[in-house]
Amino acid sequence: MTESGGRRRRTVLVSGLVVAGTLGVALLGLALGSVAIPAGEFLEVLRGRGSDMHRLLVLELRAPRVLLGLLVGGGLALAGAVFQALLRNPLAEPYILGVSGGAAAGAVTVLSLGLAAATSWHLPAAAFAGALVAIGLVFGVAISADRRLDVRVLLLSGVVVGAFFSAFIALVISVSDAPTVRSAVLWMMGSLSGATWATVGITAAYTIPAGLLLLALARPLNLMAIGEETAGYLGTEVEQTKRLAYGVASLVAAAGVAFAGVIGFVGLIIPHSVRLLVGPDHRALLPLSFVAGAGFLVLADLGARMALAPTEIPIGVITAFVGVPFFLLLLRRSLSP
Amino acid sequence: MRIQVSDLTVRYGGQAAAALRGVSLDVAPGTLYAVLGPNGSGKSTLMRAVLGSVPAESGSIRLGERSLESWSRKEMARAVGAVPQQEHVAFPLTVRELVAMGRYPHLGLLGAEGAEDRAAVEDALVRCDAARLAHRDVGTLSGGEFQRVRVARALAQSPAALVLDEPTASLDIRHEMEILRLLRSSADDGITVLLITHHLDLAARFADRLLLLACGEVAAEGTAAQVLRAETLERVYGWPVDVRTDPATGSPRVTPRS
Repeated sequence: MTESGGRRRRTVLVSGLVVAGTLGVALLGLALGSVAIPAGEFLEVLRGRGSDMHRLLVLELRAPRVLLGLLVGGGLALAGAVFQALLRNPLAEPYILGVSGGAAAGAVTVLSLGLAAATSWHLPAAAFAGALVAIGLVFGVAISADRRLDVRVLLLSGVVVGAFFSAFIALVISVSDAPTVRSAVLWMMGSLSGATWATVGITAAYTIPAGLLLLALARPLNLMAIGEETAGYLGTEVEQTKRLAYGVASLVAAAGVAFAGVIGFVGLIIPHSVRLLVGPDHRALLPLSFVAGAGFLVLADLGARMALAPTEIPIGVITAFVGVPFFLLLLRRSLSP
Repeated sequence: MRIQVSDLTVRYGGQAAAALRGVSLDVAPGTLYAVLGPNGSGKSTLMRAVLGSVPAESGSIRLGERSLESWSRKEMARAVGAVPQQEHVAFPLTVRELVAMGRYPHLGLLGAEGAEDRAAVEDALVRCDAARLAHRDVGTLSGGEFQRVRVARALAQSPAALVLDEPTASLDIRHEMEILRLLRSSADDGITVLLITHHLDLAARFADRLLLLACGEVAAEGTAAQVLRAETLERVYGWPVDVRTDPATGSPRVTPRS
């Protein structure tokens, strides 16, 4: 049997498992929580019946949280896969170009000014605005005199802009009181606890079209992996692809950060794991990264809610604790003959 | 497809000296046209200009009946197969996957490979003696194997013209001869072949016409006998040479003196 045929079969198998796994995890995310709901009662709630208290719990608290987790996790993993292809660097992840630094600077500013409690929109709006500033700065530096986007400059300026925002955050935190510092640190570790149907609506309205646009870049990104010059000779509009990939993937990451804080590792580990399983073809890699990232983040959120209930652990702690050993295992296996 | 370049000047941003100055050439359909010249003489720049990846400062380029500017990237990728000098694959691809990328410009919106695409890929692999490499990781290939695979990708584009920048660099004599015979037979089948090479003798044997570049300008153009003259080569390369007619092939053979 040919390896290509084997890889195709494997892709189909992995796709089935990933989709089924993510659906299963989403159901678990609805069914489980710090308040136990009996299985029979849970099924009643899904059918639109059951007690008011349980309906409120499942439909108003857990469902938005699960959906936001699916969207943010999927968006981060997809953005990570796109950045790895764009920067031709396997260490790239959605935050590498300063998006998280900018967002965190915005969020920490609002927290330290005591504005976060005023309305539920100040914090995500400030975080999103901070991310936009970072994206604009990095893009402005990387776009050269002849209007070409140099990905090496993009990478360097992203790292430097991120470092600048880190210093800004340190400054704000150093002059803030202890409760503010605690909320800032917790925000920076990420959480889905702010999920409402409104945040889900906004994130979906943004992430789904942006995600489809990125999926449409699968073939150009395949070609970019063998170099920009060759990609051009094989029919890719290279500059257009780079701008779209950078702009859209950054905004997907920014939207995720705005509503869920900085959740690390999803955008690095998931695309790599999927690549190790199905190969580097972005036509399979991008959609599967989205689905796997979605399921992974909902699973991590379940862990964050359940592990030390009723205390919630930051979700970034779980993504690192679960993701890193799993990733190292995959890496190890991929190296053995 | 005819390739016409007239009075082309190319200057890279920020450089005082032009990389190409007043270069003209006319490659008729179905010819194998070799571009020769020392390192840094502008051969690769000429290739990039013909493929539209560096802009001309002045002069014009026509591919087929149309000026270069009127070709979209995708149209050009369907008509012209290109093998640039260098390429680095960032993620582990199999040889077949890399060659199949030559079909991308022909695929429809959904990007599914049809029977015709698969046949073009298999045919290209066989013609470049790379069929048995099909399932190897590109990263594990030798330099020469990688060269053959990249030529196969260009052939898989089913092009009307091929533009190749030193495609036989790091090939052994058998594979070098096989690639040149392949390019020769492609030209005989009506494909226009623009070949950049350092191999003067093989260019003389296989090419219909030769262009010799020196410091971005045309030093000589014509048949092998017209271009490969000792005094011209000594002036351009800055090294004494003997040029004799090879009794076996009947074409000029250049031997550097020691």
